[in-house]
Amino acid sequence: MDTLVAQLQRQFRDYTISLYHQGFLDDQFTELKKLQDECSPDFVAEVVSLFFEDCEKLIGNMARALDQTGNVDFNLVGSSVHQLKGSSSSVGAKRVKGLCITFKECCDSQNFEGCVRCLQQVDIEYKSLKAKLQDLFNLEQQIVQAGGRIPQVDI
Amino acid sequence: MAEVMRSETLNISNNTSSLASPELLHVLAVDDSIVDRKFIERLLRVSSCKVTVVDSATRALQYLGLDGDNNSGGVEDLKINLIMTDYSMPGMTGYELLKKIKESSAFREIPVVIMSSENILPRIDRCLEEGAEDFLLKPVKLADVKRLRDSLLKAEERVFKNMMHKRELEANDIYSQLKRAKI
Repeated sequence: MDTLVAQLQRQFRDYTISLYHQGFLDDQFTELKKLQDECSPDFVAEVVSLFFEDCEKLIGNMARALDQTGNVDFNLVGSSVHQLKGSSSSVGAKRVKGLCITFKECCDSQNFEGCVRCLQQVDIEYKSLKAKLQDLFNLEQQIVQAGGRIPQVDI
Repeated sequence: MAEVMRSETLNISNNTSSLASPELLHVLAVDDSIVDRKFIERLLRVSSCKVTVVDSATRALQYLGLDGDNNSGGVEDLKINLIMTDYSMPGMTGYELLKKIKESSAFREIPVVIMSSENILPRIDRCLEEGAEDFLLKPVKLADVKRLRDSLLKAEERVFKNMMHKRELEANDIYSQLKRAKI
């Protein structure tokens, strides 16, 4: 019979793998995990937390810039998109990064409707990732509270 | 009668190395992205480096004491072994920071590494021509940092060995002088 810890560990493993397979996360997230240890046990959570704060700030900038009807500064939008692309790349947020690439193209071609669409998508995407990672961190906590160790998942 | 040995001849100095402390490289990291700052700081700590992180080229120059009019100035006793800077930053870019560092007599010998998320060949060439030690694509890998650290430690080791050899020669010379003076 499966212990609670074993069940939680399997859930954690499956969920992690699905996040990679569905393209939410890439190799860079694995690199972040490698930098975490007993001395810095919350490193990944801290970095992604900074990332989501960054998303909020940058998306706010983009929305404000796009709101200047008739006088949109696409360079300004593009600059925020570039920054978001950089930080999403640094944390392994694969889908967000992909959207930023498309978004940047819309900025470069001054495609207003395209930009608005991308803005909506990137907003949905980062919030979705935030929820999923929160679920993942919750699973980790549950495993530890049940007295187990967080398994190393090889993708 | 033997000549009194002058201490200058022996060139005794407490600080035998330019390392911040034994085996610890001190790295100054410059990046305007809070996420990247957190990341590079961790990469460097994990690689046993002492880290100072700033959020702009201007702050980097302030830290180095190069923000005044006196370009040859610099903070005394500040030991930096490596500077790693992002390329694209608002205000002063990493490239401009590189130039300022190479223009300064106090810091031009410090290796400067440029980091960028964009693989633009003319940009890479320009940085290397201006004296950058290396150009790293973001996200930076742990392997990149370890490689940099190892090559810097080897360079320090060479400098140290050369200096020890020189001291040995000086000591031998003094010994010969003493023998001749029959002390």
